[in-house]
Amino acid sequence: MFTITVASILLVIFIGLGLYLKSVPIFEHNSFWHLISSSEWKPGKGEFGFLPFIAGTVWVTVIAVVLALPVALFTALYLTEYSRSYIRRWVFTALDILAGIPSVVYGVWGTLFIVPWISEKLAPHFVEYSTGYTTLAGGIVLGVMILPLLISLFVEIFSAVPKEFRDASLSLGATKWQTSKYVIIRKTLPGIIAAVILSVSRALGETIAVLMVCGNVTIIPHSLFDSCYPLPALIANNYGEMLSVPMYESALMLAAFLLFIVVFIFNASSRAVIYKIVHSR
Amino acid sequence: MKFKFIEEKIAKSVMIFFALLVVGFVVNIIYTILRRGLPALNWDMISKIPEGGYYNGGGGGILNAIMGSLYIVLGSTFLGLLVSIPIVFYLNVFLNKDSKLAYIARLAFDIMFGIPSIVYGAFAFTIMIYLGMHTSLGGGILVITLLIIPIFIRSMDEVALQLPKDLLDATYALGATKLETIKVVLRQIAPGIATATLLSVGRAIGDAAGVMFTAGFTDSIPTSLSQPAATLPLSVFFQLSSPNADVQDRAYSAALILIFIVLVISVTGRVITTHFSKNKI
Repeated sequence: MFTITVASILLVIFIGLGLYLKSVPIFEHNSFWHLISSSEWKPGKGEFGFLPFIAGTVWVTVIAVVLALPVALFTALYLTEYSRSYIRRWVFTALDILAGIPSVVYGVWGTLFIVPWISEKLAPHFVEYSTGYTTLAGGIVLGVMILPLLISLFVEIFSAVPKEFRDASLSLGATKWQTSKYVIIRKTLPGIIAAVILSVSRALGETIAVLMVCGNVTIIPHSLFDSCYPLPALIANNYGEMLSVPMYESALMLAAFLLFIVVFIFNASSRAVIYKIVHSR
Repeated sequence: MKFKFIEEKIAKSVMIFFALLVVGFVVNIIYTILRRGLPALNWDMISKIPEGGYYNGGGGGILNAIMGSLYIVLGSTFLGLLVSIPIVFYLNVFLNKDSKLAYIARLAFDIMFGIPSIVYGAFAFTIMIYLGMHTSLGGGILVITLLIIPIFIRSMDEVALQLPKDLLDATYALGATKLETIKVVLRQIAPGIATATLLSVGRAIGDAAGVMFTAGFTDSIPTSLSQPAATLPLSVFFQLSSPNADVQDRAYSAALILIFIVLVISVTGRVITTHFSKNKI
C-alpha cells in the first residue's frame, strides 16, 4: 500500500519530467524566450511562436473568470447567509447537474445558443460582422463551466467562518449584507483568491468546449469579437499530424508542458491555502 | 429608509438574480440540447453501428461510441477502485493525522485532479508512441483511470477523515490487526465510495481530450483491448464538424444521449448513496 501511494505521488513528477524531456529538442533551435514571444506559427518552416496561443488562452480564461466571479460570489453568499434550506437543495442540485455535464455538451450548447446570440444580437452593436465564433463565446462557455467549482469552493469557505462572527456583527446593528461584506468576505479573502486561482487552472486546461466555440484562428485577439486559438485546442487539433513534421511533436509537448507547469503551481499554492482555512476551524 | 437597508435590498435582489441565473443556465442547456436533439433521435441511433457513408448522411447509429464509452468507463472505474481503495485505507489507518507523507500525498492528488485531461492525453500518447502501441481501448482505459484516481481518492478520503478514532480503537481492542480493520473501514466509507464512483463515472464518460489521443476512433465495436474504441463525446464532436446538416442533427441527438446517461447516473448515484449510508455511525 505504501508503494502504490508513493508511486502515485511520483506520477505527478513523472508526467512533468516526461513532457519536459519530450519538449527539450525544440530548445536546441529556439530560445525559450523566442518561443513564447514570437507570433510566427509555421510548423512546416520550423517557426514555432506560441504568443497567439498563449494570448488566446489568457483572454478566454480572464473573460471566464471576470464573468463567473460575481455570479459565484453572490450565489454562494445567498446560499450560505440568506436562503432557506429547500432553496439551497434546489440550487445545489442544479450545480451538481452543471458540474456533471460533459464538456462536449457545453461545446454543443455554445454553438447552438451562445454563438448565434453573439453573432446576431450582441456583435452588431459593436462590430460590423462577426461569425460568433469568438473569444467572448469561449469566455462565456468557460465561465458557465467553472461556476459549479467556484460556488462549491466559496460555500465551503464561507461555511468555515464561525457563527459567532456573524452574531457579533448582527448584534452591532449591521445588516446581513454589511455582515457579508465586512466580515465574511474580509475574513475569507485569502480563500476567495485561492478558489479563483483554482478555477483559473481548471479553465486553462479546458479543451473541447472552448475549441468548439472560439474559432481557432492563429491570431492574437485584439477584441472580444476576434477569434482566438488557445493552447489546449492547439494540442487537440494537431496531434494527428504532429509526427509527420519535424519538431512539431516537441512543440506540442512544450505546449502541454507549459499548461502542466502553470496548473501545477496554481493548484499547489491555492490548495495549500484552502487546506489551511478549512482545517483551522 | 436608511441607506444600509436600501443597500441590503439591492444586494439581496442581486443575489437572488444570480442564483436564478445559475439554475437558468442548467434549464437552458438541457432545453437547447433537447430541442435540437430530440427530433433526430430514433431507435437506429442507439442500436446500430455506422453504416457506409454515415458521416455523409448514410444510415446507421452510434452504438460503436456508446459501447466504447461504456467499456472505457467500466474498465477505468474498476481499475480506479482497485488502486484508490488501498491508498485511502493506507492514508487513514496506517498514517497519523499529522503525517507529512499523508499531507504530501493529498496535495499530490489535488494537483493530479487539476491536471487537464489533454495533458494526460498528450503524456500518454508519447508513452504509447515510445512503446510502439497504437491507439486502443486499453490505452483509453489507462488514461481515464489516471484521470479519475484523484477524484476517487479525494472524495473517499473526505468521508474517511470523519471516521471516529474510537471505532478503530474498538476493532483493535477486539484483537484485529490494522489490515483487518479494512472490513470496518470499508463499511464506513461505503457512501463515500458510491459518491466517488458516481463522480468519476460522470467525468470518465464526458472526457474527450484524453481519449482523443489514446483510444482513437472507429466505426466498429472493439472486441479486444488492443483495438481502437470510439467514445460518445468524440462522436458528438466529429459529427458536429461535418458540413452535412443531417449529420449535425445526429450530433445533437448524440449529445442528448450523453447528457441523458450522465443524468441517469447522477440520479441512481444519489439513491445508492442514501441506501449505503445506513451503516454509517
